[in-house]
Parts: sequence; C-alpha cells; structure tokens
Amino acid sequence: MIVKKRTIVTFHVLSILSVFIICLPVLLALIISSQTEVQVFSNPPKLTFSNNWVSNYTTAWNRVDLGRMMFNSAFIAIMVTIGKIIMSLLAAFAFTHFDFKGKGILFFVIIITLLLPVPVRIVALFDVVRGFDWINTYAGLIVPFWASATGTFLFIQRFKTIPTELVDASKIDGCRPMQYFFRVLLPLTKNTIGALVVIEFIYIWNQYLWPLMATNTDNMRVVQIGIKMLMNAESSNNWGVIMAGVIITIIPPLFVFFILQESFMKGFALQSEK
Amino acid sequence: MKQSVFPSKVLPYILLLPTFIILIIFLFYPAFETFRLSFYKVNPYTNATKFAGLYNFKKVFFNPDYGHSFGISILFSLLVVMLGIIISLALSVLLNQNFKGAKIYRTLMIWPYALSPAIAGALFNFLFNPANGIICFFSGNYTWLTSGNSAFIVVALAATWKNLGYNIVFYLTALRNVPSDSLEAAAIDGAGSVKRFFKITLAYISPTTFFLFVMNTTYAYFASFGLIDVLTEGGPVDSTNILIYQLYKDFFVNSRIGYAAAESLVLFCIVVLITVVQFKTTGKKVHYQ
Repeated sequence: MIVKKRTIVTFHVLSILSVFIICLPVLLALIISSQTEVQVFSNPPKLTFSNNWVSNYTTAWNRVDLGRMMFNSAFIAIMVTIGKIIMSLLAAFAFTHFDFKGKGILFFVIIITLLLPVPVRIVALFDVVRGFDWINTYAGLIVPFWASATGTFLFIQRFKTIPTELVDASKIDGCRPMQYFFRVLLPLTKNTIGALVVIEFIYIWNQYLWPLMATNTDNMRVVQIGIKMLMNAESSNNWGVIMAGVIITIIPPLFVFFILQESFMKGFALQSEK
Repeated sequence: MKQSVFPSKVLPYILLLPTFIILIIFLFYPAFETFRLSFYKVNPYTNATKFAGLYNFKKVFFNPDYGHSFGISILFSLLVVMLGIIISLALSVLLNQNFKGAKIYRTLMIWPYALSPAIAGALFNFLFNPANGIICFFSGNYTWLTSGNSAFIVVALAATWKNLGYNIVFYLTALRNVPSDSLEAAAIDGAGSVKRFFKITLAYISPTTFFLFVMNTTYAYFASFGLIDVLTEGGPVDSTNILIYQLYKDFFVNSRIGYAAAESLVLFCIVVLITVVQFKTTGKKVHYQ
C-alpha cells in the first residue's frame, strides 16, 4: 500500500508527542536531580538542567545506604531468577517429554497456583517464614519465589514447538534424557530463557509488599522500600535528592530490559498465545 | 504438537520434585492455613487460636470501611483497565504503521514497564506534591493529592502509566497477527480504514484484549500496593485505600490475624472470579505472578 508523505509526517508527530508524554515523568525527575535545593523550590519551577548532580546523587546514596539496598535487591533478583529458571526448565521437560502416572493431576496443581498470588496467602506465609527463622534473611526473600507457573508454562510452550524428530534421533543415538536436555533442548531455548530473565528480574527487583513484611532491619531492606525511606529521611522534601535516588534505582532493571529487549519481545508475547 | 517421549518412569518425578517441594511449603500450605485461620480468633501475642465460625467474615462484611474499600477497588481497577487498554491500543495501532523509526518509538514507549509501582508512586508524588509539584503549578496551584477524588485519579494515572509498556507489547504482537488478506479484501469492498479497524482488527485482537483485561485487573488489585504506599498511604481519608492496602494494615499494622485471613479469602474469591471470566471468554489461562 502506498502511504502519503503527509501521513508519514503525522505518524512521526504523533509518535514523538506520545514518547514525550510517556517519558516526561522520568525526564523531569532527571532534570530536578541536577538542581540545587534553592532551584528545586523556585517558583515558577525551573525546567532546565543544572550542575548539582554530584551533590544530589552522593547525598541520596549515603542518606539511606542505597549501596547496600542495591546489592540486596540485585542479589535477591538474580538468585530468584536463576532458581526459578532451573526449576521451570526441569518441570517443563518432565511435562513435555515423559509419560507418567498422575501427569494430568500434577499439571492441574501447577495451574491452581495461579489462583494463589502472595496477598491471598500472606498471613500464613509470614508465619511459615518466621517459623524457619527467615525474617531478615536472604532465604526468606528468595526461596518462596522459586516455583512458578509462568515459567513452567512458557517453557512448555517452547518445548512443544521443537520437532519430535530431534527426540527420536537422540533416542536412536542412545542419548539419555538429561543428555538430550543439556545438548539439544537448552541451546534451542535461549530466547525463552532471555524473556524469563527479563520478566523475573524486573518482577523481583520491583517487589514491594513481601520485602516490606519479611524484613525490618536497615541492612536487609531492598531498594523499593529504600525509596520510601529516602522520602521520609529527606525531611525538607528536597526532591532533587529523592529523584536522584529514584534514577539510581531504576538503572539495573532498565539495563536488563534494554540488553535483552529482543528476546523479551519474542518470548514475552508467547504468554497470551495458546 | 505432542512431543515424542522418553521411556523413563522415575526421572519425571525427580524433575518435578524441587518445584513441588517449594509449592507445598510456600504456596499450598500457607494458602490452606490462611483459609483455616479465617475461621479462628487469633491472639496476636501468643498466637493462640480459638474457633470462631463465621465471626471474622461477619466483621468484614458489616464493616462500612471495608465496603468502602471494596467499592473503590472496583472503581480503581475499572479505571486502570479502561484507560490502559484504550491508550495502549491507540499507541500500538500507531506503532504498527509502516514507517521508519517505528521500532525506536516502540522502545521509547514500552520501557516504563521496567519501572516498579513504587517508583511510579515516587515520580507522581514529585509531579503532584502540594508544596512544589510541577503539575500543581501548571494547573493553577491545584493541590491534587489533598483531595480524595483527585488523589484517586492521580493514583489511577500513575498505575496506568506504569503498565502501558506491558499492554503495548501484547497489542503489537496481536496486531501483527491480523491477517492482511482479510483487511485487503475489506478494502476492495470499499471499507474505509476506520471501518476496517472496528469490523476486522478489533475482532481479531479480542483474545488479547480479554487477556489484558484480566492481567490489568489483577495488576490493579494487587501490584498497585507499592504505588499507593509511596504516593498516598491509602489517603486522604481512605480515598485510595484499596483492598490490598486494607489487608496490609489489618494484618501487619493492627495484627488482626483472623480478620486479615478472612480478607485474604475475599481476595482469593476475586482472583477465582477473574480467572473464571478468563476461561469462559477465551478458554485461555491466566498468567499471574
């Protein structure tokens, strides 16, 4: 179809306008994080960059031990992501490549987990984790999140699209199941793993309710809680410092998002297709 | 497609074991225990329990504050879902047009997906704060967060903004899968582009719309906790105190364990209801995490 030049220009104008509005909150946060306290409170507001970057970012970093919290969040997100991917891969392999008694029931049990998000079971989950003495520990923030229906379903979908000839050929070659899993299946699953890394890392990094309940010491807090602590600590509400803290904490998930964007787009959309 | 299988009888159970150990300890047992506790009175200091029948449920249902919270949760989720679906569909249609740079615009529009609800809360707090919020300044010094209705709208806007990227990813995939020959056939029959969109495209992408309806509803009910805690803490005067925030306060701040467990059961019923709607309308599975 031939598209008129004027239409193309309209597309660009509309896109740029939309991008501008979507990016505006973070853009303004970036601007304010460069200003001195006087500039932050100027009236009318100053909407241009200034040169107080270093002071704001170091103040934000030190006021609530952002470094420690960044480490906590990163460590937890990485450990949950690794554990979840391993468990989901193994479970999906079992469901797609074997026939066994109770398969239907076990699969149904995994589907049921979709009905039990954290808020629905939080009262007793808190008791369980306290019973293990896991309050204020990494274990309490990591282990409960290792099993996931999302990951298992995503890998099942991927495994089902792999040609059956590959399994048959491996069996003829005398390949044992786990050899097939590591040598054939895993290399073909890279995009899906990439997508799940993005989904899980961002999901855990951004979690709020559970870390708020499962920790209460400053050295075990995560960055999401840290933002609120920073807002409370900045008693004069110096938004320059608070927004500097915000910018620092959004860098890791954005980094993961941008480097894995392509496999994320490919694997993520699989979720809605059955 | 049915995958060719290995003959092993024991291995599949070993592969599933880690998943099921975690599921039993951290999902099924706590869920079961939460439901059980909803029928008990629990002493917050000694954890001693006493069977109380439907006592907690009666207290929940006859509490006008809870009714209020229930009402605004429904309103909140409807607002977030409708705004989210309409805006992201419009943006996806734009991004799906054939023009240079569409891919870059796509990236620049979906990246807020990577931000957390709490961050969205902090950003909107900064934009709308009564002291020197930039948007307050440009709206005639109107203090959005001090009045219930406008605070509610700000929270809904922040929640919608944060989730646009997620919706756009799914809509773009769906739009790409609309068969071009049906669109071309309609064009030959003289259907204009607007008519083609409403008659053909919307029908083809309706499964995605249902899917996003469910995902955005669960997002509004549960994931917006961090957003509200950072932006309004449920206020002013409970105007943004949705069910999940109420549950958090009752359980964690006020230690009303049996009562909070009953609230959890209400939330569970909502999840089940959303899931049933999903199954009935599209026969697809809900992906909630």
